[in-house]
Amino acid sequence: MTGKHAAPSLPSPWVSAMRQRSAMQAFRSPTAVAGLGLIALLVVFCFGGPLVYHANLTRVNLLLGNRPPGAGHPLGTDANGVDVLGSLMTGGQLSLEVGTAAGLLAALIGSAWGAVAGYIGGPLDAFMMRLVDAAVAIPTLVLLLLLSAIYTPSPAALVLVIAATSWLSTAHLVRGAALTLRTREYVQAVQGMGGTKLRAIVRHIAPNAFGVVIVNVTFQVADAILVLATLSYLGLGVQPPASDWGDMIAGGIKYIYDGYWWEIYPAGIAIIVAVVAFNLLGDGMRDSLERSS
Amino acid sequence: MTTFIVRRLLQAVAALALVSFLVFAFLWLLPGGPQQAMLSGAASANHLHQLRHDYGLGNPAVLAYLSWLGQVLHGNLGYSYVENASVGSMLAASLPRTLALMITATAIGLAVAIPAGLAQAIRRDAATDRVARALSYVGYGMPSFFLGSILILIFAVRLHWFGAEGPQSAGIAGVLTDWRDLTLPVLTLAVATVAIFARYVRSAAIDSLAHDYVRTARAVGSGRRQVLTKHVLRNSLIPVITLAGLSIPRILAGALVVESLFNIQGMGWRLWQAAQKHDFPVLLGFILVIGAGAVVGSLLADVGYMLADPRVRFRER
Repeated sequence: MTGKHAAPSLPSPWVSAMRQRSAMQAFRSPTAVAGLGLIALLVVFCFGGPLVYHANLTRVNLLLGNRPPGAGHPLGTDANGVDVLGSLMTGGQLSLEVGTAAGLLAALIGSAWGAVAGYIGGPLDAFMMRLVDAAVAIPTLVLLLLLSAIYTPSPAALVLVIAATSWLSTAHLVRGAALTLRTREYVQAVQGMGGTKLRAIVRHIAPNAFGVVIVNVTFQVADAILVLATLSYLGLGVQPPASDWGDMIAGGIKYIYDGYWWEIYPAGIAIIVAVVAFNLLGDGMRDSLERSS
Repeated sequence: MTTFIVRRLLQAVAALALVSFLVFAFLWLLPGGPQQAMLSGAASANHLHQLRHDYGLGNPAVLAYLSWLGQVLHGNLGYSYVENASVGSMLAASLPRTLALMITATAIGLAVAIPAGLAQAIRRDAATDRVARALSYVGYGMPSFFLGSILILIFAVRLHWFGAEGPQSAGIAGVLTDWRDLTLPVLTLAVATVAIFARYVRSAAIDSLAHDYVRTARAVGSGRRQVLTKHVLRNSLIPVITLAGLSIPRILAGALVVESLFNIQGMGWRLWQAAQKHDFPVLLGFILVIGAGAVVGSLLADVGYMLADPRVRFRER
């Protein structure tokens, strides 16, 4: 991001000022702003909404089950008589929290792996990246099936499991960045002055690969939201009474032959909006980072 | 060219070995160890003894790995004590359906994505390009089980045009001829495939449109159609070959969801059942086969890339 402009002699306030400027540039892209706006809307809807909109989300009332949208229930009710709009809000909290945490953790693991492999290079790099290549051969979803069969899925376990299966793409990306950064003068200067490899990675490679990583985080979060929804749909996500958007669709699909569309469409649209929002943010930031470098 | 192929083959063998090692490591890391995991808790002394013998489980891990690998290479993928069937026979029953689904969906997906991506690149930033890009965003963000349920709600429940369940016949011919039940699952998977590929074809075509050979071809008087098909299309398809090879795991994951939604008893459906029933021999055996398929797929993609691109073909003679 700061790339070739970051000479080793620059005092740190300069570097951080430049970093801030390019972060500001990222948000000048209309695509990124649109993505960020959508994310803000979703957060307000899911976390602020329940403060204003009170609905029964816990009591089963079969007499109120499968009501189409109408007075009292703007988006209808599900099979248990639970208000769909209300569970859309609270379910979204879980989807967004688990998605964000898993995306961040995946990016963190992948960055560490890629930075070490790319900076140290040689046989260690070859070994580490072959391991990544072999793991890529196994579809993430299949690995997730295996892992969620072993561990009882709690939100925390899901974060770990999703992150553990999705950090590979970040590792590739950061390794590439580390390979080019390694040859830069300011990184070689660290070695020349007797700095350790750890210092070079933590103080120089990692901050300069920051732009690449931050863009990747948004894509990782988008994918994690999608993966979580798929796991929940397959019955391997969070367990009742907790529920997320994927669970809601799975519940609606049980009654699909009755045509209760309101139990399927709202949560599906919410997932699409969330995934598109994070992708827009990432694409917008990437475009403006590429333009500024 | 031969050295390239040989080196790539060796890489593939190493990757296969690593996949098998990863799967075996999972087996050993499972709670209760490999015996409990493979017998899924239904262990009698007799079973345990048989298992120890078959897999060399009394031995140190390295020897156990080698004897397990030996079993796998002899075609013994394990035995499901939950379903009371060998993993190999379950694979033989489910693989054709998944392949039929994946191949038809990918073929349809590519047939739509290539012209669409090319058209988008030619009229870049025009209204159609913008609409198509917006659609591909939505297509990417749409979970396939949601798309599938929309299609079921509209075309099966409301209009009664197609079946809501996938083809149930056993053979590949029976699956492929049952177009009424095959349409919705294939359509669901094909849309996901279009969303993956159209973006890449578009950016690859934008890349090759900017190259000198396009300008030269126009300058020497080649017609518009000839420039597009002979130069732009051919050069844009090269990266798509690699992507197609690398997308096998992703398309397969899509097939898994589609199979569970439409109740098609293919590999994905089996894996899903196995995960719910903690049937580890099936999970691990299937993962091994899928991993091997993905490694072979990326090998074929690289060889295809080499055959399609003379710059790669002639560099390493």
